[in-house]
Amino acid sequence: MTSPTSTTTLPRIGILGAGHVGPAIGRVAIKAGYPVSIAGSGDPAKIALITQILVPGAKADWPAQVAAEADIVILAIPLHKFSTFDPSLVAGKVVVDLMNYWAPIDGTQQLFEDPRYGSSEIVQRHLSGSRVVKSFNHAGYHEIEADRRPAGAADRLALGVAGDDREAVELVADLVENIGYDAVLLDSLHDGRILEPGGPVFGASLNKEQFAQALTEKTAA
Amino acid sequence: MNDSPSLRTGFPLTFGLDTFGDVHSDENGTLNSHAQTVRNIVEQGVLADSVGIDFFGIGEHHTYDYPLSAGDLVLSAIAARTRDIHLGSAVTVLSSDDPVRVFQRYSTLNALSSGRAEVILGRGSSIDSFPLFGYDLSDYEVLFEEKSELFAELLKGSPVTWTGTTRAALKDQDVVPHLEAEPFPTWIGVGGSPQSVVRAARHGYNLILAIIGGSPARFQPFSNLYLEALEHFERPAQPIGVHSMGHVAATDEQAQEEFWPRYLAVMKHVSKTRGFAIPTPESFKHEIGPHGAIYVGSPETVARKIAANLRVLHASRFQLKFGMTGLAHTAVMNNIELYGTKVIPLVREILGSES
Ligand SMILES: NC(=O)c1ccc[n+]([C@@H]2O[C@H](COP(=O)([O-])OP(=O)(O)OC[C@H]3O[C@@H](n4cnc5c(N)ncnc54)[C@H](OP(=O)(O)O)[C@@H]3O)[C@@H](O)[C@H]2O)c1
Repeated sequence: MTSPTSTTTLPRIGILGAGHVGPAIGRVAIKAGYPVSIAGSGDPAKIALITQILVPGAKADWPAQVAAEADIVILAIPLHKFSTFDPSLVAGKVVVDLMNYWAPIDGTQQLFEDPRYGSSEIVQRHLSGSRVVKSFNHAGYHEIEADRRPAGAADRLALGVAGDDREAVELVADLVENIGYDAVLLDSLHDGRILEPGGPVFGASLNKEQFAQALTEKTAA
Repeated sequence: MNDSPSLRTGFPLTFGLDTFGDVHSDENGTLNSHAQTVRNIVEQGVLADSVGIDFFGIGEHHTYDYPLSAGDLVLSAIAARTRDIHLGSAVTVLSSDDPVRVFQRYSTLNALSSGRAEVILGRGSSIDSFPLFGYDLSDYEVLFEEKSELFAELLKGSPVTWTGTTRAALKDQDVVPHLEAEPFPTWIGVGGSPQSVVRAARHGYNLILAIIGGSPARFQPFSNLYLEALEHFERPAQPIGVHSMGHVAATDEQAQEEFWPRYLAVMKHVSKTRGFAIPTPESFKHEIGPHGAIYVGSPETVARKIAANLRVLHASRFQLKFGMTGLAHTAVMNNIELYGTKVIPLVREILGSES
């Protein structure tokens, strides 16, 4: 939505997962001027056509390569694949976790069946060498492109950004803003639980004020 | 990619109705029994044929609200009372079924109906069949990949040889009844998985885009991906279809008044199980407008929207998911009639006059 002067100044986005969600995020990141690489679970040849047509301008590569070159890794794999995901791939990286756990849809997964923690906190514990930020999980990937608006537009929607590392949160908040949404920052991954399925913002299209109000109403309740 | 893919798909326009076997209510607003629901669907299929609709599809479901777990049996009852209409699944949850049995059932339907069977294969967006038949949801990719591959082999005709991990291997197996002529049209229903789009092209299946929310135009890249992938696999062009929900009545107001409370009730239920927000009157207005995915209104309103989206998506088939749960049976029958007698001719007129 913004027109950055030079792509080289923006961090490289590495997307792991070329299913429903990964290409949709890649597409809007490219339109915001970010360099983007994308991987499925293996050989980039398998996602060459998908990349060429759904994410024109992105580079398809092996997952290890995509992760290694990225400044921000977007983890867009099915949650049931997470328990076998190799944390060393993303060690030292900022990792955006957009995965959701909702047992009625995903089936029960023991790793995420701990009511004390949000799913992204569990992801962070597993990826102990990375800085995990929870975002993009509560928006439908269908709408992510159509719903973008320039900064200041009356109908610009908000996306939550939650994390324990301030610098990482701000990097991701910039991505959210540049793509075309107002970033609403939450102070910790623990607070990010409010972005989960069943919460007040999940699947709702809210502007910044409505978003903030939904959060306070929920916290007050 | 800039040469218009629509120029590459010269398929005749066809129009269908899809049901999930929704339970409707009688004139007093009392919900029908499951048995009555099943019998009513036969009447709906027969009416659809008599008003010139090309296809009638039943989606496999296993829940109280959608008791149509054995749609192929219902389709064969419709086949016995109709002449022209094509009959098929919308969709068959192939991942939790046995491709050999699916082939046998639809090849039987094809024989009964003298070549009017079709199958739409789905990976399973409604997950009720997985626990019912003892499948693990986390295996859905491998189940669908292997089973859609086997189904493509079965369509080529016997003998069939296949090995995989999700069912017993077949070696020179004769699978009956044999097809009389061409294999029946088989589609893959896709809700947004690019892997499924490429898979459809790889196996030579037609493509149905299931568009249940948001802007239909955003699916255009998927149509492009499908057409490119067909070329990549050196296959001839194949038709693209669109499946979306809606309701037609004499006027926009009447259609909205009938549909909205039923839709809201269903979405409240779905929202609870899926964990997302309940639609508002504003979000509904958006969905039934030109940038939304729901086709509710007068015949003119619905026809204009169908025509616009078929064009954008390079599609030649439109399937309206009609009869939202809880609607009155009479409103449902009226919808079928208006769709056949008014909407379809109007879409043909709009698209015909353009080419
Ligand atoms: N539906 C929504 O609107 C929405 C919104 C926000 C977030 N989400 C979340 O997004 C996540 C992804 O969902 P999806 O529907 O996009 O899944 P999907 O369509 O099943 O796609 C999964 C992708 O991940 C790849 N993959 C699997 N394991 C991998 C690994 N170890 N490394 C790299 N890539 C790997 C797969 O590659 P192969 O094909 O090679 O196996 C495939 O490309 C889910 O957790 C979901 O909860 C969904």
